[in-house]
Parts: sequence; C-alpha cells; structure tokens
Amino acid sequence: MELELRGITKRFPGVVANDDVNLRVRGGEVLALVGENGAGKSTLMNVLYGLYKADEGEILIDGVPQHFTSPRDAIAAGIGMVHQHFMLVPVFTVAENVVMGVEPTAFGGIKLDIATARAQVRSISEQYGMHLDPDAKIEDLPVGLQQRVEIIKVLFRDAEIVVFDEPTAVLTPQEIEDFFVIVETLKADGKGIVFITHKLREALRIADRIEVLRRGKTVGEADPTTVKDTELAEMMVGRPVDLVVAKEVREPGPTVLDVRDLTVREPGGRALVDHVSFQVHAGEIVGIAGVQGNGQTELVDALVGLRRIAEGRVALQGTDITEADPRDMHRHGVAHIPEDRQREGIVKDFDVTENLALTAYYTAPLSSGVSIDWGSAREEAARLVDQFDIRTPSVTTPVGTLSGGNQQKVIVARELSRELKLAIACQPTRGIDVGSIEYIHERIVALRDAGVAVLVVSTELDEVMALADRVLVMYRGTIVADLQRASTDHNEVGLYMAGAKESAA
Amino acid sequence: MSISESPAPDQTPIETTATTTATADASNAPGGMTFEERRHARNLGISYVVLAGVTALFLTRHEGTATFNLDGGRSFGLPAQGLGWFVAAALAVTAGIQLWRGYGKYTNVVLAMASILVFMSFLSWAAAGRSFSFIGMLASAVTFSTPLIFGACAGIMCERSGVVNIAIEGLLLSGAFTSALVGSIAASWPGLGDSSGFWVGVLAAMIASALLAWLLAWLAIRFKVDQVIVGFFINFFVLGLTSFLSSRVLTENPDYNDTPTLGAWKIPLLERIPILGQILFQQTVFVYSAMLLVVVFTWFLFRSKWGLRTRAVGEHPRAADTLGINVLRLRYRNVILAGAIAGFGGSWWTATIGRFNENITNGRGFIALAVVIVGRWHPVGAISAALLFGLFDSVADKLSLLNTGLPSEFIKMTPYLMTIVVVAGFVGRSRGPKAAGQPYESQ
Amino acid sequence: MTAATVDGGSSSGPRGDERTPKAVAFFDRIDAYNNLLLPVLAIVSALVAGAVIIGLTDIDRLKEGDILGILGTIKDAYLALPAGALGSLNGISETIVSATPLILAGLCFAIAARSGLFNIGATGQMFAGGMASVWVGFSMNGPGIVQVPLALLAGIVAGGIWGGIVGFLKARTGAHEVITTIMTNYIAGLLTLWLLKTDAFQQPGKDNPISKTVRPEGRLPDLFFWSDNPALRAHWGFLVAIAGAMFTWWLFERSKIGFELRTFGSNADAARYAGMKPATLTTMAMFIAGAMAGLAGASQVIGTQGYATESFAGSIGFDAIAVALLGRNKPTGIVFAAFLFGILEAGGRRMQLETDIPLDVVLVLRALIVLFIAAPALTRLLWRLKREGGGSALQFRGWGA
Repeated sequence: MELELRGITKRFPGVVANDDVNLRVRGGEVLALVGENGAGKSTLMNVLYGLYKADEGEILIDGVPQHFTSPRDAIAAGIGMVHQHFMLVPVFTVAENVVMGVEPTAFGGIKLDIATARAQVRSISEQYGMHLDPDAKIEDLPVGLQQRVEIIKVLFRDAEIVVFDEPTAVLTPQEIEDFFVIVETLKADGKGIVFITHKLREALRIADRIEVLRRGKTVGEADPTTVKDTELAEMMVGRPVDLVVAKEVREPGPTVLDVRDLTVREPGGRALVDHVSFQVHAGEIVGIAGVQGNGQTELVDALVGLRRIAEGRVALQGTDITEADPRDMHRHGVAHIPEDRQREGIVKDFDVTENLALTAYYTAPLSSGVSIDWGSAREEAARLVDQFDIRTPSVTTPVGTLSGGNQQKVIVARELSRELKLAIACQPTRGIDVGSIEYIHERIVALRDAGVAVLVVSTELDEVMALADRVLVMYRGTIVADLQRASTDHNEVGLYMAGAKESAA
Repeated sequence: MSISESPAPDQTPIETTATTTATADASNAPGGMTFEERRHARNLGISYVVLAGVTALFLTRHEGTATFNLDGGRSFGLPAQGLGWFVAAALAVTAGIQLWRGYGKYTNVVLAMASILVFMSFLSWAAAGRSFSFIGMLASAVTFSTPLIFGACAGIMCERSGVVNIAIEGLLLSGAFTSALVGSIAASWPGLGDSSGFWVGVLAAMIASALLAWLLAWLAIRFKVDQVIVGFFINFFVLGLTSFLSSRVLTENPDYNDTPTLGAWKIPLLERIPILGQILFQQTVFVYSAMLLVVVFTWFLFRSKWGLRTRAVGEHPRAADTLGINVLRLRYRNVILAGAIAGFGGSWWTATIGRFNENITNGRGFIALAVVIVGRWHPVGAISAALLFGLFDSVADKLSLLNTGLPSEFIKMTPYLMTIVVVAGFVGRSRGPKAAGQPYESQ
Repeated sequence: MTAATVDGGSSSGPRGDERTPKAVAFFDRIDAYNNLLLPVLAIVSALVAGAVIIGLTDIDRLKEGDILGILGTIKDAYLALPAGALGSLNGISETIVSATPLILAGLCFAIAARSGLFNIGATGQMFAGGMASVWVGFSMNGPGIVQVPLALLAGIVAGGIWGGIVGFLKARTGAHEVITTIMTNYIAGLLTLWLLKTDAFQQPGKDNPISKTVRPEGRLPDLFFWSDNPALRAHWGFLVAIAGAMFTWWLFERSKIGFELRTFGSNADAARYAGMKPATLTTMAMFIAGAMAGLAGASQVIGTQGYATESFAGSIGFDAIAVALLGRNKPTGIVFAAFLFGILEAGGRRMQLETDIPLDVVLVLRALIVLFIAAPALTRLLWRLKREGGGSALQFRGWGA
C-alpha cells in the first residue's frame, strides 16, 4: 500500500499550521517526520487521521483520493495511529481497549463477546512477540506495555500504514530498543511506518527516509545513511544551530545544597527516591539525567517542599531545610522552575503581571499588610518583560494566549530575577522553540557565572550534557553515577541511565 | 510567522491537592494495607466504639417488649432493654476486633450486620411496650425508594457517559407534571378508559422528560455550558414552569389534574412467600419496573457493546473517539434515554397520589443524585442505597405515630449525614467516571 | 517579527494567537461589549420566551383565537413589572427587600466560585446564620447599637462555620462540595425546624415552628427612616449587602488572600507550587462565602421579618446562584442582577394582582435568564452575533476521586 499526502494546507484563524505539505510512504519502509516543537507535525497527522479537515490538498491511497471526516474513515482505509498520549481507558482491560469500536458480539450484536476478543488479542500479541495478558488492566501496566496495547489496537484493525507520534518520549532506553525491534517486525511484515519525532538520533537510527518539516512546510528530504545530525538540525530550525552552549570552565565555590540520604516514599511505602545524597556548590551547574519516572520528579518535589521527606536531611548553606514548605524555600532564596509549565508554573487565566507576581506577591514592594499594590506590580512586570525578552502585547495580557516559549520565559523571569542561592530548573526547555531554548540556556549559565548553585533536571540527555558541569544519573530512585562533565560522554551516561552500568557513586 | 502545533489544552482535571497532601504523609504501611485502607479501618473501629456507646447510653433506657407484627397475624417480640445491652456489648467486641486486626474481606459484611443490630435495637427502643407493623415499614421503604431508583438509574446512565446530571430533580418533576396532565386529559378521550389514559400520560411523561434531557445534552454538548449550571437551569426552569402551569392551567381546570391512582398488582405465587411476598410482590407496577430496570441496566452496562462504549466515553472520550466511536452521539442518546427513565420515575407520584401538586418531588431528585454517588455509579449499588434512603423515610413516618419523643427531624437527617460520611470517604471512597462534567471537543 | 508573534504551540489553541496590540485592545472592547450587551440580550431573550409561555397558556383566549387580547395581557404584565417594582416608594422598598438577601447570597456563591468551589449551600448557611442571629436578637436586651452588630456577627460566624465545615471536609477528604452542600442544606433545614419547636426558640403560646420576636431596637433600622409608613419594609440590611459587595471587590482585587483564593480557583497546583496552602484556602473560601450567606440569613430575621420561621431562607439560596451567574461573579454585577431579580419579584406581585398571571412566571423568567447567560453561544446564535465563544466561566472539576 502507498500513502500520499499532496499539497496539504491547514489554517487556523491567523495561523497556517500546514502549508502545502507533501509526503509519501510505502509499505515496508520507515519514514521519519522530524521538526521542532510547533512545526506542524501533529496537525498534519491529525489531518491524516480524520480529526482535522484540510483546507486544501488531498490524501491518496494507492493513487485513489480519500475523504476522511472522522477517524473511522481513516481506520477503514488502513491507517492506524499510536498517539503520543496513549488513548487507553485505564480502568478497562487490554482486550476491552483493543476491541472497542469493532467489538466481536453475540446475540445479534448486543452482547459483547469478550471470550473471542481475548483470543484475538492473544493471537496478535503472540504473532508479534509482544507477550500481553488480554485480561490485565491498563492502569496496572508499565508505559512500555501500554504502548504495545496501542500497537495491537492498530494491528487489530488491519492497519497497513502505522503512524507513531513521538513514541519514544516516555520509554526507557531498553523499552526504546524493544520498540525498534517491533518496528522492524512491522516493516518486515510489509507495513508502512511514519515515525514522528524531534529526536534526530532516533530518526537516523530507524528511518529509511527522513522528511523535515519547518514552520508548516516540508523543507526537504534526507537520506539517513548520508546526512549528518548537524545538517538535519539546520534543516529543522532554518539556521545553523549551535548544539553546544557556550560557557567557560569555573571553579565551584562552597557547598550550597547538601542532600543526605534523602528518601521519599509513596503512600504504599515503596521508596520513590531511595537514600539519595549529593551536593551542589556555588557557581556550579549540576545536571540530573535519567529516563522519566526514575524518581527525579519526586526528588525535586521533596527538595522544594511539595512532598514530604520520609528520611534524610537537606541543608541549604548549613541551614536545615528538611521540613521547609514551598514558601520557606522561596524566602530562603531558592528558585524553582517546575517540570510541568501548564500544570504548576503558570495560571493561564491570569495576566502577565499576576503570573510574574505569583511567588513574590506576599513580599515588599508588591505587598504591604494584607493588600497587594498592583501598580508597582505592573511596573515590576514591565521591567521583567523588557529584561527577559518576553514577547507579549502588554503586561495585562492573559498568559494563556502567549506561546509556550514565552510562557516559559515568564516563569524564568519570575524565578530568576531575584537574589538567589539556589536555582532548581526542571525540564526548563520542554516543548518550546529553539530560540527560546537557547535564551533560557544562556540565562542558566549566566546564573552560574554569578555564583548561584544550579540544579538542572532533564530527561533530555543533550540538555544535561550541554549545561552541566557535573552530571548525576538517576535510576530507579537512586543516584547511580556522579560524573564530571569534562570526563564523560553521552555513551557512558546513557549506559548509566539504562541501569546497565553500576558505579561506586 | 507563527505556526501552531495541534493545540493540546491541558485537560487533566485538577485533583484536589488536599488529597495529595493527605496521602503524602503516609509512611511505612505494614500488612500490605495502603495508608487509605488503614485509615478507613481505624475510622470504622472508632465508629463502632461510638455506636456502642450511643447504644448503651440511650437505647437501653426503655423497658418492655417491642412487638413487631409480621404478615398473617404473626409477630415477634424483642425486649428493648436487653437487646440494647446485647447490641452495645456486641458492638464493643466488634470494635475491638476491628481495631486490633480488622475483618479483611468481611469488613462490609460485618458493617452491614452491625448496622442491622443497631437498627433493630433502635426500633425496639422506639416501640418498647407497644406493637409495630414491621412488614408494613419495610414494604413502604420499598415504595418510597422507587422514584429514587429511577432517578438514580437516569443519573448513572448520564454520568457513565460523561455528562453530570444535576437535573434529575427537574426531570422527575416534569414527569410527574406531564403524566398528571396528559393522563387526565387522555382518560376522557373516547375509547380510552382511566387506566389506558394513565399509561398514555406515562408515555407523555417519558417523552417530556426525554425532551428536557435532550435540552440538557444540547446545551452541555453543543454549547459546552458547564453541566452543573445546565442542570441547575433545568431544575429552575421545570420548577418554575410546572408551578406556573399548575396555577394557571390546572387550578382553573381541575379535570386536567385528576388521574386514578395505581393499585397494587400482586404477583401470583410470589406474593405468597412469607414476609418477602408482602414486602416485594404486593406492590405496584412501578416497583417491579424499577427492579427489572436495575437488572437489565446492569447487564447492558457491563456485558453489552453499548455498555463498553458508554463506559469508555465516560472515562476517556478521546480514546473512544480515536477508535471511531461517535462520542457526542452516544452522549446525546444516553442522556435522552436517561430522561425517559426519569420521566417514567416521575409518573410514580401521579400513580401514587392521583394528581400533581407544585414542587411535588420536593428534592427527591437531589437525593437520587446522592444515591448515585453513595451507590458508586453502579445500578446495584444505587438500588441498595435507594432502599436505605427509603427505609429512613418510612421509619421517620412510622415513628411519628409512635410518639417516642425523638424528633423526627433527626431520623430524617440520618440519610443526609450518611451521604456526607460516604462522600468524605470515611468508609471507603467511591470514584466517579473520569470525564464526567467535561465537555468534549473532537480536537 | 512583531511583538505579538507567537512562535510555538500555544496552550490556548490556534484561535487568538495572532493578537497584535491593536487587536487586543479591540478584543478587550469586545469583552466589555459582551459583558454589558450579553446580559441585556439574555434578559430580552428571556422576556420574549416568557411572553410566548404566557401566551400559549392563555387557554381561553387561545380557544377564541383572541390574539390581540393575548398580546394585551402580555403587555399589561410586562408593564406591571416595572410599575409595581419602581413606580412607587413602596415598590422600591419591596424591590430592595427582595434584592438585599440576593446580593449577599449571590456574593456567597461568587466568592466560592472564584475560589474554584461550586457552593450551592447558601440555603443551609443562611439557616445557620439566621438562627444564630435571631437567637442573639431575641435573647439580648441591650441598646441597638450594640445588639445589632452582635447579631450580625453571630450570623457571620455561624454561617461561616456552617460553610467552613464543607470546605474543611473538601480539604481533608476531597468530598465534593456539590454533594456535601446539598446535604448540609437539608440538615440545616431540619435542624432549624427542630430548633423552632424547642423551648429555647419557639414563641410562647404558639404551636407552629416560629421563633420569639426580636425587639424593635434589636432589629436593623429602617432604610426610609424619615417616613413613618410601616409598609416601607426596606432596612439597613441593604447597606450591609452593599458593604459586603465592597468587601468582596477589595478581597479579590486588592488583598493578598483574595489573590491566593483566585490562584487556587484557577489552578490549584500552581497555588501549591507558589507556596499557598490549598487546604487552608478551601476552608477559608467556604468560611467567607458562608459568612456572606449567614449575613443574608441575619438580614432576613433581624431585618425583614423580626423572627425566624422554617422558611426564612426560602429559595433565596438557589436564586442567588442565578444572580451570581448573571452578575458574572463580580460584585457590581451581582448588585445589579439582584436588583433585577428584586424588580421581578416585587413587580411580579403587582402583575399577579392586575393580570391574573401567576407570580410563578417570575421563576420561569429567572431560569431563562440563567440559561441565556450561561450559554452565551446560544444567545449569540439567537441574535445572530458573530464571534463564537465557548462555555461558561465556571468549569465543574469532576467528582474528584
């Protein structure tokens, strides 16, 4: 089967998300679609899957134009999609999730024939070596297996073209390897694969062809056997990208943050962070690398007072802060850029001023007694908007209407614009454009140069390697490595992240 | 120029951070129990202690034997004071064991038995030295629970498909009004008797409430108005409209508000079962319909294709959508069907009283909402909760005859307090459908 | 690149991303336009729909085909409304009497709503506040200047505690406030009924549930003190309500705690991240909201009535939800909305007298106003206005497991 997208254009009010995009994929090949955040990859795939209707252009299967008005049409035409955020009902079993929509039935189509469903799921699962129990509940499965359920869903509907939207973002390195094996099997089985990613390394690893999308347009095709990752990055961003953050070597100062045997437990008692000890010094960037879900989130929440510390001690310049709450931490001069911008970092309905005042509203000069002086808050906001290059029409614009990059700059401005001892930045550049990424990285380095202790937590290994002076690797709630950036490389850190290597850290 | 990736509005419902804090202080939990479970076990133990104390202090005060009349002239007597002391002692022991090691999977059975003991002791206390129609009380509990069962099933059907239905009250009320009005008018049509006329009224009630339910769905789905507010609007609107129509049309035309009441229809053979026969099988068609509804609804919800899709749409509509299930259409259908069920349930008042009065449902629809939650969004749970609420109604009714000195207000209050206890999770938390209340946008 | 250029996947979706500064000013004006125009259109739509209902139920005239007669009735009815409510000092007084508790109870709903809580417990909180207030009112013998503030304070505290319980339960256990407030309403109603039959409250020599009477000095003074017409019932409760509205404005626009409540209401996780205390805020929001409703109850018993009955809260608690929605949860809006409802109520009585149209039509009108306010998209559709807008300001957060 051959799928072709021809001249797809999709406009939203004031925005052209896809501009005359052309794409072609054949059975038995893997096409990687790469582009930075906001390039229009997902929009394109939603058009293909019948969730959006294209304003112009057509979708052809084996040369025949198709008209998709809902996912049902796309499914019927042999297109399957594995979404970035899994589309699984957590309280249902694997079999129920797989058959939903095309249920085997008895009693004239009324009764759900769950026995048949179970058998069918088991047979597909065995055919592709995926080892899934059809009766397991989704909420009890690890993400790696949940993804397999998604793949079975697609295969169950006899898809010939399978689209994977950022499939590796939530997987551990081993799971990624297993995933690639499955992709190879599908390819060998004659399926056409579209692999959407912004991770160039993975595209180079698995793709037969690479298509680059930039600002809604297809800017070119690359052959993974010949193209270099710097060339690909340049195609993606539209200008030469310096993947290395410019910074000089500094001698770290005295210890600022001292963490000893810190343990965080989940309500059931299992340790999420297990006796972790480390120090961060003044004028030093310590990066914590690790695959998502290895305790980084809980570690940071515990440090900033959002989660109770079960055991261990934390000290800030010698002061014990084990029991401190987020307000105490703010008072102590600790900045926290939260992992999930939308969830914690901003209040979307609030304007820029209010968001900039979010953590400091209770202090002078913003506040006196029981009231807040919004006049001086707006002046302060105007100053920060200027200083941190926040692109906003005014300080009274709701933050929800700004782009992801500018929202993140609001958070960065709020957190980094005061006297600090320690800055904790989690996923500081997740989901934002390259320009903002470079800007925020510069700020973090500037902070270090000013003598602040910086802790950067990121699941993007590249980010940690670019910023950190020292790299800690978290694996299953413990720190498995403490490495000087200068004397390590991607490969070594990657091995630690995968839990494949132990050290005496 | 700016380019927008597919918008991914943050749709995760914000959970109360309070619960996170509550669970966050859990430390080592022995015995494989989670923090929550241990807390429940402890709360339950403390509740037993309190109940034992209350029983010993108050329910042992009346002397004499309470006579409970059963059917066919049979009866049994219980010594009020003796039973009080016995129950207090039994509860104390229960509390001890609960606090010491718990009852594991028998926890709920023990709770049910303890509740029955306290309840019997309470009745003996109230009826000490007198006699009391025990069977009559249970039978009227079943009767009282009937509209609650219909209302709750309607609520469950909506919420399971992801639409919060605060409007049960309004749907019941419109059913009551329409069945009275149309039933009265239809009875005078040539060829239709009182009885057939009544059923025409019931059919009209189902249609009227289904239309209102469609309005609810339309506003909530098409215009994405907050579902709680839409529900409130429907309640306001129906209350206003039926009151208005009743003073403007029904008072001036009394013929329009006069239907026959529906007599009991004894089920042959089953009605002769001792005790149970009189409680369950000498009732009206409405009671039997309610029981049948629960059985059929349960099967469909958990065993049929429709049920699978309905539950999926209530839990994760986007997942259903990406599999080609038409989320909005299914929601429309289910809400309208729920409206018809509530309309049928509303006719119960007409069948029982034979006419419509302003605000005749008097908040029963809100109780049905509580029944949905106490019954944990499950039809069988709902019928149990509804029977319990019905029981308190009928006890309050009977007790006012016995003149015990205990204000009937306190008995009437019990189910409301109980509901708070349940939603506060003191005896285990119930979890509603995840997507309930959130408008769905297909991208 | 202009200053307004947006460079990535914005959370607000594609719509409205491309606002230039000029465009934003324009949209701001549109919003103001909507804030005023929409309520007006909603009211007009409701009146039209109400007229249709009145017409369709005029069975006798319909049978005769007397369309002009029907139109005449409708005209008379709608003229009687403003005439009855505003045409005389007495009418104005009655309008104020109706509006006073609606303002306070509306503020109760709005304060909770802006803190992210759906408080439908104003009825119960009014009962709690009113009973405490009337108890102080009839048992004290002091001068009015001492006694009245104390009675009001009792109402604030009792209403606040009754609401605070709901907040506390939500904070500690996650019990959803929609359910708990429905239940606490019933409980408060039953407790009130019981209390009114106890010796401590019941008026001596009465069989029905009615409390002892508050001495004239213990009651809220008359608003129209210069007139000695006893029919002018409006009292200083109205000034209390206006003070409540001003307090609410200050709370949300100027105070620290109000900023915290708003933050919590919009994004509870961000509030926690910013060092605010969600559990305290939940309880606090419900306490302040309950205190407002408590004042509404107090104003009923030591102002309007002078004693308590089992129904002094009436349907005010529920009507107030409509008031708050119509007033968009803003203090000024609520005062205006409460006045509108007061006009409907006071004028409705005159309408009933003059045209035989039952007062209940006011309930229908109120419901319809709520509908058209809550569904701006529907109203725009009806009036063929451009610019699609979605949903309502409030968003139910699910039952919260």
